[in-house]
Amino acid sequence: MKISINGKIKVFDTDILTFESLVKELNLVGKRFAIEKNGEIIPKSHFADHQLSNGDKLEIIGAVGGG
Amino acid sequence: MDKFAYKPEAMIIAGRSFKSRLLVGTGKYKDFQETKSAVDESGAQIVTVAIRRVNLGQDRNEPSLLDFLPPDQYTYLPNTAGCYTADDAVRTLRLARELLDGHNLVKLEVLGDPKTLYPNVVETLEAAKILIKDGFDVMVYTSDDPIIAKQLEDIGCCAVMPLASLIGSGMGILNPWNLEIIIDTLSVPVIVDAGVGTASDASIAMELGCDGVLMNTAIATAKNPILMASAMKKSVEAGREAFLAGRMEKKLYSASPSSPTTGIIK
Repeated sequence: MKISINGKIKVFDTDILTFESLVKELNLVGKRFAIEKNGEIIPKSHFADHQLSNGDKLEIIGAVGGG
Repeated sequence: MDKFAYKPEAMIIAGRSFKSRLLVGTGKYKDFQETKSAVDESGAQIVTVAIRRVNLGQDRNEPSLLDFLPPDQYTYLPNTAGCYTADDAVRTLRLARELLDGHNLVKLEVLGDPKTLYPNVVETLEAAKILIKDGFDVMVYTSDDPIIAKQLEDIGCCAVMPLASLIGSGMGILNPWNLEIIIDTLSVPVIVDAGVGTASDASIAMELGCDGVLMNTAIATAKNPILMASAMKKSVEAGREAFLAGRMEKKLYSASPSSPTTGIIK
């Protein structure tokens, strides 16, 4: 399936993908981040059972230096 | 009142108590170590951060800002820098709340123009209303317009943060009179945010009666940021003490010398 992540299309070789697997796939385990799917925040507590669908748009954000 | 009768009082923002009245940004530093050293030297307890897309290409072990400034040791103030609409600002801060495990103290800034970075107060008011309804404690960056500042207080912002001059300009306090009116009119903490260039600017803000000062560029782009952080800490403390001490009246001349007028050798 194709997912847009932070404005870039990423292709996954599977039809079933949970947020938990996605986080592993993206090497984000143990990092601090938040995810929005199609404009809606997906809480970390939902990662295990929340699934992605083809065409989903994700924003994955973190904190950086700023004033 | 002797000096010992004065005990530094805490700054209270939305029920949270802070010893330091200097708030600092974490942008524009050479690296995270310099950021941390400057923050620690400044004595600031509240640090602003920006919310941005995670760089997915990065090495798993590459350090992040949060490794250097652990969120359990500093009060994070996620900002909405780069947002030009109320919707974008609200979206950014909702993500920040999720990122920081429900932390709801935020800095709202909605800009109006990428060249001057002047705030758009119409969008700012709109965003503040939505965020407050959604349970956020909103510290709000705004212009030095006393009417807007009062409206932001009235809708429930927990601190109002007027600019001294434009973001990153280092021009200092351009309109102390407006700041005085804002300080005089509002009950919530008033924090000068943006425009401070050097230590005396911060002192002037505090002498006017501001509750605190927020800055980033003045420290981060000084030739020696760590030394400037130290200077800013002192200037904010000095300005606060001078405000509380109550300055002498200004006179064109006094005819009242500090040395005795009697017993002069003739």
